[in-house]
Amino acid sequence: MDIVQVIAIAVSVSIFIIVIELIRRNHLKERYSLVWLAASIILIIFSSSRKLLALISAMFGIYYPPSFLFLLGIVFLLVLLLHFSTVISVLGEKNSRLAQEMGLLKTRLDSLEKKITFKAEPPQDQAGK
Amino acid sequence: MPAYNEEASILRVIQDIRDHFPSGDIIVINDGSHDLTSVRAGSLGVRVADLPYNLGIGGAMQAGFLYAFQEGYDAAIQFDGDGQHHADQINRILKPWISQEADLVVGSRFLSDSGFKSSVQRRIGAKILSFVVSSITGQRITDTTSGFRLYDRKTLEFFRSIYPEDYPEVEALILAHKKGLKIVEVPSEIGPRTGGRSSITIAGAVYYMVKVLLAISVDLMKKID
Repeated sequence: MDIVQVIAIAVSVSIFIIVIELIRRNHLKERYSLVWLAASIILIIFSSSRKLLALISAMFGIYYPPSFLFLLGIVFLLVLLLHFSTVISVLGEKNSRLAQEMGLLKTRLDSLEKKITFKAEPPQDQAGK
Repeated sequence: MPAYNEEASILRVIQDIRDHFPSGDIIVINDGSHDLTSVRAGSLGVRVADLPYNLGIGGAMQAGFLYAFQEGYDAAIQFDGDGQHHADQINRILKPWISQEADLVVGSRFLSDSGFKSSVQRRIGAKILSFVVSSITGQRITDTTSGFRLYDRKTLEFFRSIYPEDYPEVEALILAHKKGLKIVEVPSEIGPRTGGRSSITIAGAVYYMVKVLLAISVDLMKKID
């Protein structure tokens, strides 16, 4: 086992541990944790067995095995980024809906408070609806 | 009435509406202004909805649609807080709705000879947009970016759930057409803004056009149920 492989394994294992720790502390939603767990496990497998990596690379017709790892990594990041974009879009939409509803609720509250303060007077602004 | 930093003009605009269209209820959607827009509007006794932060004209309009729909109004008029719309034009925009010819009425500055002049690049841009939107909707629409509009209840219900954020005026026409809403354009005198600042700077005109056209193509792909 050469130094590169030791480092690779160490990095993969620490990513795995970090992910587990984040889940334990509730910093990572289960929905995302699965993807990250899978990614770190795949990293551990490939970094611990060069033969396996070489075998799979050969299957795909890739001459330089580590570039298969790069490919995996890039595809993984692309999918994850796309997923984040959709999550952000939905969040943004929900966020602005919240702001709108809040603004309108505040308006209702204000006019309600006014009505209560002046409740001795007959109610106004009933017309015109 | 969507308003973002319109303290200079808001009082005059509200007074204008009260003079010419006293039967209308006014709600000012204050889109997170940093100035006295909300206080000034409130001092005249109109309803003001303060959005907690700036959502942009699209988000502000949608708050208005939500309000009008929830309160049970049959129709709502969009009237800019910057003073470029004139309340004496409201009757014009009401007509097609009263005669039930339209679900969405757009006041067009290009159908009337109000002598409204704008820069060359703006006019070219307006022509291009008009051509694109007219081709898509199959009817002549001259003023695609007009913010002087009337929405009937059906349209309110639709825009309450879906209203574009990026270039809402142009995109809304496309979406309304896809939804099968009847759009009618009426001539309307629209003046230059009397206060505030345009949301479209001249420097970004070309960039703006490209982005609007992109947004339109995305809208065309959207699923409308």
